[in-house]
Amino acid sequence: MKLTDQRVEIIIANLLRTGVMLSAAVVLIGGAGYLAHHGHEIASYHQFQGAPEKYRHVALVIDGALHPDWPAVIQLGLLILIATPVARVAFSLVAFAIEKDRIYVAVTAIVLAILIFSLAGSHP
Amino acid sequence: MVSRTAHKGGSYNWGAIIALPLSPPARGGRADAGMLISRMSVLDFTGLVFLFSALAGFLGALTGLGGGVVVTPALTLLMGVDLRYAIGASLVSVIATSSGAAAAYVREGYSNIRIGMFLEVATTLGALFGAYLTTRIPTSWLTIIFGLVLLHAAWQSTRPHPADGAHGVADPLAERFKLEGTYPTRSGLESYRAQRVKTGFGIMFGAGTLSGLLGIGSGAMKVIAMDRAMRIPFKVSTTTSNFMIGVTAAASAGIYLSRGYIDPGLAMPVMLGVLAGSLVGARLLAGARTKVLRWTFAAVVGVLAIEMIYNGVSKR
Repeated sequence: MKLTDQRVEIIIANLLRTGVMLSAAVVLIGGAGYLAHHGHEIASYHQFQGAPEKYRHVALVIDGALHPDWPAVIQLGLLILIATPVARVAFSLVAFAIEKDRIYVAVTAIVLAILIFSLAGSHP
Repeated sequence: MVSRTAHKGGSYNWGAIIALPLSPPARGGRADAGMLISRMSVLDFTGLVFLFSALAGFLGALTGLGGGVVVTPALTLLMGVDLRYAIGASLVSVIATSSGAAAAYVREGYSNIRIGMFLEVATTLGALFGAYLTTRIPTSWLTIIFGLVLLHAAWQSTRPHPADGAHGVADPLAERFKLEGTYPTRSGLESYRAQRVKTGFGIMFGAGTLSGLLGIGSGAMKVIAMDRAMRIPFKVSTTTSNFMIGVTAAASAGIYLSRGYIDPGLAMPVMLGVLAGSLVGARLLAGARTKVLRWTFAAVVGVLAIEMIYNGVSKR
């Protein structure tokens, strides 16, 4: 029991680290492209207009990142980051299921459902 | 975003900062900075935001307050960024530092995955609620709430944490949900079991709401829920809290994204800066003289808090 928990924790640690590093790398690439193409324009964040529609929805961001539209590449990196804790919860769900811990399968499923509910709202 | 044309200065209220009685010598300098920043190129802006964010992440890691709580006031007060863009970028950086640090803590064997998961039901629900509220509450009110939270954080960070131990009444809920564990101490593994589970759960909902409302990790409030209410050992509380912050923040991130709070041009330097700063800060943590640092940081956060509150009140 304890050993399984320990192993699960190490896998989770690696999952989190990989997600963050992958995300940072993609954001860095997108950022470099963004600065190279738009670096001399004027920055403006004083008044809230909201990020453009194409950077607000998962499907549109992925589309844009493939072009590549550089801000969309940054946004893709940020989506990977947001997905990292979600992946962690999904992995925990599987781990609790393998351990046959029914109560925690239920608890984890609730958390996962809340996360998916929040992200589902960001589809166009 | 760059697709938008430049705004002339004065679209936000620099008067509030200039008129602040706390810092008369800085008045002229700050006002000038504001004017400069309003005509800044994307390259300069990104560089400056990266530096501020790296500093915030560095100090946040050293003091245990987290970077998100400092980066938002720095962006809004010093760089004139709209609060909603700032909290969007900050929320993203919170996920990065939490996940980055959690990886290290999990290995040490302090954080409790079951307690974390159980309480995440409360924090994620709270985060959804907070993110929903933040799109409806006027920015001036959000600024005031942010200031109050900062003020509490400043006060909290100067206080020593209470001693562990104090075994109290067993809570049947703790048994049912297996909210227990062992953690390494100098005298070997010590076991613990959570108490007052309902109270802790309730406070966690509040912590999640604040996180979604202000784009912060609200780690301090999570620690209060576990350490003070549920009597979970301090080290277990702080590491489990850190572990939970990323999941909590991810719950409001979807709503932030669809509302346009997460702008790639701003979130990029904030996320990279806070992450880099906190990684360096965490490395130095072992040998740092944290007491002096805590007081200095508390003072800085306190001043930022009062400026935020003043700014929010004068905007109403």
